[in-house]
Amino acid sequence: MKTQIGFVALLAGLSTGAIAQNFNDPAEFERQKALLTVAPQGPDGKPWEQNLGGEKVDTAKYKKPGPYKLCFSNAGVNNPWRVVGFTNMQAEVDANKADIASFTHADAEGKDDKQISDINAFVNSSQCDALIVSPNTTAALTPAVEAAAKKLPVVVFDRGVDSKAPVTFINPIGGYGFGIQGASFIAEKIPAGGSVLALRILPGVDVLENRWAAAERIFKEKGIKVVGAEFTNGDNAKTKAIVEDYINRFGKIDGVWMDAGATAVAALEAFEDAGKPYPVINGEDQQDFLQKWKKNKLTAIAPTYPTYQWRTPVIAAIRILKGEPVVGPTWKLPQPAITAENLDKFVNDKMPPLHYALCGCEQMTNYPARWGGK
Amino acid sequence: MSASADIAVARPAREIPVAPLLFAGSLALYIVTALATGQHAYLTGEGFVGLTQRMVALGIVALGQTLTILVGSIDLSVANLISVAAVLASFIMKGEPAMIAPAVLAVLALSAAVGLVNGLIIARLDVNPLIATLGVGLILQGLLSASFSNFAGSVPSAFQAFAYGRIGPLPWSVLLLFVLAFAIWLMLTRTRFGAHLYATGGNRDGARLAGIRTERVIIGAHVLCSLMAGLTGLYLASRLRAGAPWVGRDGVYDLESIAVVVIGGTLLAGGRGGVWGTLAGVFLFATLDAVFNMTGIDAFPKQVLRGAIVILAVAVYAVRSRGHVA
Amino acid sequence: MSATAAHTAPSAALRFVRGINVGVAIFLVLYGTIAVLQPSYFEVEGFLNFLRRAAPLIILACGQLFVIAGGGFDLSMGSLVTLTVLGGSMLAGGNPENTWWTIGVLYLIGLGVGLVNGLVVTLLKVPSIIATLGMLLSLNGAALMWSGGAPRGYLPENFRALGRLVYREVPVTGIMPLSVIILIGFVALAAWLLHATVFGRQVLAVGDNPRAAELAGVPVGATRVLVFVISALSAVTAGILLGGFAGVSTAVGQGLELQAIAACVIGGAQLLGGRASVTGAVAGSLSLFALFTLLNLMGLPQPLRETVQGLILIAAVASSAWRMRRA
Repeated sequence: MKTQIGFVALLAGLSTGAIAQNFNDPAEFERQKALLTVAPQGPDGKPWEQNLGGEKVDTAKYKKPGPYKLCFSNAGVNNPWRVVGFTNMQAEVDANKADIASFTHADAEGKDDKQISDINAFVNSSQCDALIVSPNTTAALTPAVEAAAKKLPVVVFDRGVDSKAPVTFINPIGGYGFGIQGASFIAEKIPAGGSVLALRILPGVDVLENRWAAAERIFKEKGIKVVGAEFTNGDNAKTKAIVEDYINRFGKIDGVWMDAGATAVAALEAFEDAGKPYPVINGEDQQDFLQKWKKNKLTAIAPTYPTYQWRTPVIAAIRILKGEPVVGPTWKLPQPAITAENLDKFVNDKMPPLHYALCGCEQMTNYPARWGGK
Repeated sequence: MSASADIAVARPAREIPVAPLLFAGSLALYIVTALATGQHAYLTGEGFVGLTQRMVALGIVALGQTLTILVGSIDLSVANLISVAAVLASFIMKGEPAMIAPAVLAVLALSAAVGLVNGLIIARLDVNPLIATLGVGLILQGLLSASFSNFAGSVPSAFQAFAYGRIGPLPWSVLLLFVLAFAIWLMLTRTRFGAHLYATGGNRDGARLAGIRTERVIIGAHVLCSLMAGLTGLYLASRLRAGAPWVGRDGVYDLESIAVVVIGGTLLAGGRGGVWGTLAGVFLFATLDAVFNMTGIDAFPKQVLRGAIVILAVAVYAVRSRGHVA
Repeated sequence: MSATAAHTAPSAALRFVRGINVGVAIFLVLYGTIAVLQPSYFEVEGFLNFLRRAAPLIILACGQLFVIAGGGFDLSMGSLVTLTVLGGSMLAGGNPENTWWTIGVLYLIGLGVGLVNGLVVTLLKVPSIIATLGMLLSLNGAALMWSGGAPRGYLPENFRALGRLVYREVPVTGIMPLSVIILIGFVALAAWLLHATVFGRQVLAVGDNPRAAELAGVPVGATRVLVFVISALSAVTAGILLGGFAGVSTAVGQGLELQAIAACVIGGAQLLGGRASVTGAVAGSLSLFALFTLLNLMGLPQPLRETVQGLILIAAVASSAWRMRRA
């Protein structure tokens, strides 16, 4: 009897669950589409200090004498994007030695539960003048961040929280912007009636879902045939196997859209191994893709989710503690795409394969060694 | 019947007292690190509450895992069941306080059902428990991810009291963990089911010859283990304000729960061990998290250390055992 | 009663069915379905390409099989694959001249990992599931620590060729992937070791009953250590092929250890030792890989693929347990 109730409940979940969530928000799509054309304000050549519109928040009440103790609760360093980003952040801390007395970080290893504990420990530690948070997930971290914001100035970046409690939330335009840039380019460049294969990492990650929702919409608007949307788990071998199967099945794939660029080279290699011409493709700002693009003169574009956003929270935290106004409560950073015109500016074969070109780190101390370059 | 009692009584008395040693060692490590790094806030009452809070999720599921390992089985499906439970809870509640009771009942019923299925496949179909529970875990995760791809629903604020509420300085959830541990300890040491559990884990054929219905014991252990996983899912839904289909897997609760049980001195082959050792193992893991935070060790060396500590913690007492280990 | 009936009147068909390895049967059914959906798989070229992709999993399963036959588990294989790929790119640094000594160093690392696993199990008496779980965590951490968390270099072309190169215009088969040649050599070696040598019999004896094996004069400890070394060396081999096939990434080995165990089990190996066959392990891994391919081709939503995988796993083991009882 009990068993039956359980299964009925699960089945009820199965039938209606799919409707319960929605990553396709047309209003947000339009907002991000508009932001792509906004001219950034702020210092030239330093996109991590620029902003696309936005208000200024008064921070006089947080003003205190330096140097400051900064704390950082990190969701994790479980992928190369976060590794490059965290390296940027540490370099930014070193660059502000005069203002920073200590920088303490806790790594949540991708676990919401641990990150909540980490944030609580920081708040109780009296070792933090300001707290920077990169949330593992939006919903789960909201209460902990709200509680922290009652005691400390909090700066959130990358993923947000459902709350206005943080002094500011910093991130680039976002997932829809990425999807729009990649899909519009592919739609424009493939021959009429051409077919596109979409490669995604995994379902359920908000920013990736937004990228796909935007791309799907663009392809639909332009009447492009999407022959498949497959999940690769970010695994090169699986990516290559899937693409090989599609080439086998359809004989010809004209375009490949990707929600993240880490496996773009593996996808291209599948075309090489099958003896087919390269497709029109979007990657991301990883060096291996940029180098392949330049070498093989691909028809390509690289939308980005710049890692330079990891520099901004440190700058913001110091400004807040000095009582200087900062952009907020949302601080939108520019999110440029790499195109054939500016490719040469970003490609650098001295850097490791999955180094993200838009790190904004070229002028920092110990570049390129600190980022693994030669 | 008498044979089973003998086996139960024959639990080792002269062995290393794993639980107190592990607990004292972890505590010493924690205090020394806090003093050495000058982070005295970790030594206040609030600091220790934070430390015990880190034990809750892993602790509850590890209590259940203790039972399956004691009976000579194992459960790899707990992580996925935790996700299912968390999602189902918040999906049924949808923020409505009135739906708390139905949701909790549904989660516990479903968990018991999963435990029953695990137990039946293992005891009746004779499928190796690793494969059976790995398979059931995959099935659960697949069904779950097919229907939910993100946080589903939400829990009402009344239900958040489960994870955030306190009696005086002590969080409810920490209290619950210790009450559960005490209850299971009573069950293991004071009831016939407990004695049968040890007997079946120690020597299944012997126990059967002594008249114990070993199949039922195994199924019972699995049902209890799954119920604990369900409770962990409820706790996480309360703490995260909603359930997401990845909370169990991201928490690596399957492998970590097995590791803490074995670190706590429970024999992987079954038949020997208990809940206090498991709790001490959970305490070690919570301490490590806090100590790594205090010392600011990077994520990757941390993994290397954690792996080495898991092996060494088991080796310390396993090395004295006779006979072969595979 | 029913068992007696089966013995007195065993129809030829029934006996034939019982004689077939479950893994082989599952594979034939799955591959047949794939080929119906996608006729190119019926051609020799299609099959060889399939083998090329399945090669790393088959090699891992063969290595894991030795540990399982000896009564243990090796959970550290997947992270050793990751270490091999990341380490290979760090050591070789994209320079073809470094390839051969790099491969040598990688095998030495594998040897070291296998020895540590084996010694922790035999000397420190830590159960292999825990010993190799600890190794899994440590190796993964070590690989990421070494490379700083992200790939630091490229694998040179001649290294990549081991997993990527396909000889064209070969007589009879048309094409011949280099990795398939490596695969055939490896499987032959594994089959010879397990089924035709004294060592192989000793492994099975140790897995079946270590105490009896010891009394019979089998060097139980040394045998145990050796199976972990074999498993680690096969993980390095699989890592070289995977890195060659698809390049460097940090997630390359994730979850492969469970796939390898599942493949052995589908192929009829008995967990906790005593019964194992290389044919079964090969058939099991082919089945598993065919299943992945089939589910891809059918366009089933990703999550349901896991469900099907779980069902097949349980069904395969339950059916072999059932056949054991009736035999």
